[in-house]
Amino acid sequence: MAPPAEVLAVRGLSKTFPGVRALDDVDLTLHAGEVHALIGENGAGKSTLIKLLTGVYRPDAGEITFQGEKVSFATPLDAQKAGISTIYQEVNLIPLLSVARNLFLGREPRNRFGVLDVARMNREAEEILAGYGVHVDVRRPLRTLGVGAQQMVALARAVATDARIVIMDEPTSSLEPREVETLFTVIRRLRDAGIAVVYVSHRLDELYAVCSTVTVLRDGRRVHHGKLADLDRLSLVSTMLGRDLGEVREEGLTKFTGEHHAADSEPVLDAAGLTVPHKLHDVSLSIRPGEVVGLGGLLGSGRTETAKAISGALPVRSGRVTVAGTPLRGGSAPAAIRAGISLLPEDRKSEGIVPGLSVRENIALAVLPRLSRFGLVSEAKVDSVVDTFMKRLRIKASSPHQKVGELSGGNQQKVLLARWLAMNPKVLLLDEPTRGIDVGAKAEVQKLVDELAADGLGVLLISSDLEELIEGSDRVVVLKDGAVVGELTGDDVTEDKLMRTIAGDSQPVAKEVASDG
Amino acid sequence: MAEATLRTAPLDRTRVLQWLQTYGVYAGVAALLVVNIAITPHFLSAENFRTQAVQVAPVIIVALGMALVIGTEGVDLSVGAVMALAASVTALYLGYGLLPALLVVALFAAAVGLANGALVALVGVQPIVATLALMVGGRGIALVLLPQLKDLRNPSLASLGSGDIAGVPYLILIAAVLALLVAFVVRRTTFGRQLLAIGDSRPAAQLAGLPVRRVLILVYIASALLAAVAGVLATARLQASDPTSLGNLMELSAITAVVVGGTPLTGGRVNIAGTVAGAVLIQLLTATLIKHDLPPSWTQIAQAIVIVAAVYAARGRGKR
Amino acid sequence: MTVTKADVPVTTASNEPAGESEPAGSARSERLSALIQQHGALAVLVIVSLVASFSFDSFATGDNVSNMATSSAFLAIVALGMTFVIITGGIDLSVGSLFALGGVLAAWGSRHGTLVALLLPLLVCGLIGVVNGLLVAKSRLAPFIVTLAAMLGARGLLLAVTDEGADTFLIGKGSVLAELGQGTTLGLGNPVWITLALFVAGAVVLRRTRFGQHVYAVGGNEDAAALMGAPVARTKILVYTLSGLLAGLAGALNAAWLASGVTILGNGMELEAISAVVIGGTLLTGGLGYVSGSLVGVLLLKVIQNVINQIGSLDSSYQQVVSGAFLAVVVIAQTWLGRRRQLM
Repeated sequence: MAPPAEVLAVRGLSKTFPGVRALDDVDLTLHAGEVHALIGENGAGKSTLIKLLTGVYRPDAGEITFQGEKVSFATPLDAQKAGISTIYQEVNLIPLLSVARNLFLGREPRNRFGVLDVARMNREAEEILAGYGVHVDVRRPLRTLGVGAQQMVALARAVATDARIVIMDEPTSSLEPREVETLFTVIRRLRDAGIAVVYVSHRLDELYAVCSTVTVLRDGRRVHHGKLADLDRLSLVSTMLGRDLGEVREEGLTKFTGEHHAADSEPVLDAAGLTVPHKLHDVSLSIRPGEVVGLGGLLGSGRTETAKAISGALPVRSGRVTVAGTPLRGGSAPAAIRAGISLLPEDRKSEGIVPGLSVRENIALAVLPRLSRFGLVSEAKVDSVVDTFMKRLRIKASSPHQKVGELSGGNQQKVLLARWLAMNPKVLLLDEPTRGIDVGAKAEVQKLVDELAADGLGVLLISSDLEELIEGSDRVVVLKDGAVVGELTGDDVTEDKLMRTIAGDSQPVAKEVASDG
Repeated sequence: MAEATLRTAPLDRTRVLQWLQTYGVYAGVAALLVVNIAITPHFLSAENFRTQAVQVAPVIIVALGMALVIGTEGVDLSVGAVMALAASVTALYLGYGLLPALLVVALFAAAVGLANGALVALVGVQPIVATLALMVGGRGIALVLLPQLKDLRNPSLASLGSGDIAGVPYLILIAAVLALLVAFVVRRTTFGRQLLAIGDSRPAAQLAGLPVRRVLILVYIASALLAAVAGVLATARLQASDPTSLGNLMELSAITAVVVGGTPLTGGRVNIAGTVAGAVLIQLLTATLIKHDLPPSWTQIAQAIVIVAAVYAARGRGKR
Repeated sequence: MTVTKADVPVTTASNEPAGESEPAGSARSERLSALIQQHGALAVLVIVSLVASFSFDSFATGDNVSNMATSSAFLAIVALGMTFVIITGGIDLSVGSLFALGGVLAAWGSRHGTLVALLLPLLVCGLIGVVNGLLVAKSRLAPFIVTLAAMLGARGLLLAVTDEGADTFLIGKGSVLAELGQGTTLGLGNPVWITLALFVAGAVVLRRTRFGQHVYAVGGNEDAAALMGAPVARTKILVYTLSGLLAGLAGALNAAWLASGVTILGNGMELEAISAVVIGGTLLTGGLGYVSGSLVGVLLLKVIQNVINQIGSLDSSYQQVVSGAFLAVVVIAQTWLGRRRQLM
């Protein structure tokens, strides 16, 4: 039997954005009928690579050869027409339009008068979807279908447009287990039909169930590629996170002192049974005053959702949050803030800073009512607060009146910290506090976290930087796919143990990982 | 990973557009003043000043409220209808005295503002549509209350409309006071600061615990109250209540003044001085064309072009 | 080789079809709300008409009905264009001015023949529509402000053409144009037939052509539509052009009916058109809409106006109050229903 044809060859692909090298000299090869896992943590370059393949961006260097020819797609539509289709995490179809019309948009069958043959369209849509295990009334709006079925419609559309490569970006994040099975069956049939699939996901079990090959990206580079069967789970996780097994790490690469004295007292925060459909399943954790609790897990494991659920930014279907013994009533952000919970969100650009306002206004934003009388702002009090925090956090700005949108990422983060510290919170939830900021600011923030814990604050720390997480936390709660799978305390707070808990391994396996330079 | 600072070197074209957006209105006013002083007879007379001032005062007042609403990334199309409503209610209750009548006007206006605010903040209706509904309904109510133009003979009202202090009409004084008041609110009160934050980034404002719904409702009430004041003043000047035509197209003039004055439609910034200048600009433009026997149609076409130009110049700025 | 032709369909382990992961109850309520959305206005129209025919002797007469039909024809044509624009998620506030402009141009053009009388309004108003579309689609300016400016500019143009509103051009009696506007065929005014024809064509275009699908797609999810290959910019430009053309046409026909190009018309017509479209079940946020609904909406507004006139003691301004209230109720219902669906 002839070896399967090479359908995609990417050589030396690079893409740089201002200040950051998103993709650096990446190679990728796809053959017909191959189901290829593409994995990597946040910032690894996965989405950049996909956007380059689908024509959203143009590469700065390197070339893409598709079906034997060099290609350069100007728009996503070009890529689609050529035969590269994408299924997105959020179904990117038209929710209000009927299922059949979505399936056929742009290719509707016409009758001899030149108008749409609705009857034929509906009939063919039914047949096509039946082939994917979806039996629905195709005349109903797409959004009346469950997400799984909607994914199938997107998939059917991709296939029907003669795709040779189907890229699936986190396709199962909103699916029921049953629907996931259906998806896998369809993927296997695509494989059998000679269509290549690029499967992007962080759910290890799924990858091992359906993919044959894997490419791991880290910091914009390809660090591993090969047969998935040759790589056990633990090695996969460690490659993703950038830690080689058995390597002893020097302490002190971060600025954490590593010593926290958690008061042996009642927890200042107690979250129990937080459940958000498809995102969190019965997550519970507690934080004592003076304690830094780390939240560990892969991308998509529910860390951000947990923080948002606790702070009232994400409505929960069930669950209870108690602050210093008092239960939180009304799961809204103002209620949580009043109780003393402060959240530093992951996406500081759109959910954190108010870019058009000054540093001063941003810092004073939350605490403003306390600094005013009868609605009139006391500028003197504001100045005093702003001054205190700008000094303490060493916020670098040309003046307190500079627009916060013009500051560097590190300083923006400090402004946000200042905003919450001004509220004198009891609990501080930090979601990726040092992401995207320079080394110097990183160190300052880490030191600050230490100080705050020493002052008696309860801190929740979410960080994709393993080192930072391990060295900054007294305890680590490990999340996987929205549920708590373990907790590391005392001597167990190590990167090694963390990775094992994530991978679901209980035995140490010392295998060498064949990685690329 | 190294973090690049967000400051980028502005290109010349962007700089020019930015300058135009912020200061263009003052340049325009200055230019029109110069042109008129040069070629319009009797332009610098007290008489002319009075005429221009009493005509522009209501527009300024309505534009103040519109600026606040636009600052939250919304719009209020019902202001003209509220003016008409104010005129009707004034006519009906003037018999009880000026002050009682004004109180009732305030109540009606607050009700309209509350309805707008509730629709936008509580139900989640788009501001255009919510205020559109109130615009249609509001003028309807105004006409039901007072179907025809009615002359008003009330000394207090008359002196309000035509009186002055040292030659400066009450109307323009009130407009000036209100402008200062609104500017003060925007800059120095919690409400004002929160308004700007909500308009600039609603998600960030919500996460920061701001009382978003309360602020939005208050903003629409403020806009309605200001429009009502303008309506009362215009009625006082006419010494007649005319709900059929009072406030017609006022929303357009108010929006133009705000946009031309440098307040972006995307919210987050409110430029009161610019808004006032914008109203003055339109007034001068119209007056110039009229005084030189240029047809009113030119004014309208000119105004249309000015709006588009102002919005076009502003589209690079602000978020998105 | 497509997968679909390949193997046996997959059946999943459980008995439920893989497509419906919704409980039957919410599927039913979804269908119910969709039904209300599409036919609610019709139900109200029927009820109000029935009540009116019993309450007022002069309501259900042939004359009254024919008059109502003819006078609503013009608003209906404008509402047709507005439907397309609103389905794409936009809004066109210039139609009132374009209506008046169209009327004046038709009246003026009638001196030079019927062809000019009909083509001139279409050309000018259509052109303004193109400009609207370009500013919205290419320059990405907010539709409401672009069309607001167009409304002002068009009215200015109108004044310029009529010597600041002084001139009112007349349409000659007995001309083809006048016949078009005032004549009747089979008992109903010609404008009514023209309107019906346009609506049928509009419905076909919207539901049965690729362009129509694009209109829905752009309004439903613009980003997805672009990814699915829909020509977003072109679609937007076309709908604003269509809206301009139809407004101009309506104005021309109205002038023919009145036998003159009255200059003060069209004030507030855009609001009436938007109200009719929204009441008729089209979502203001775009993506969902019915041409037939807009027709029903126009008729409903007309009937209400007629009823209020019949009552006699009530001021005709009550009609505005009722319209405003209707609009508010419908919009609230739409928004509320929309939010409920999202949370399900």
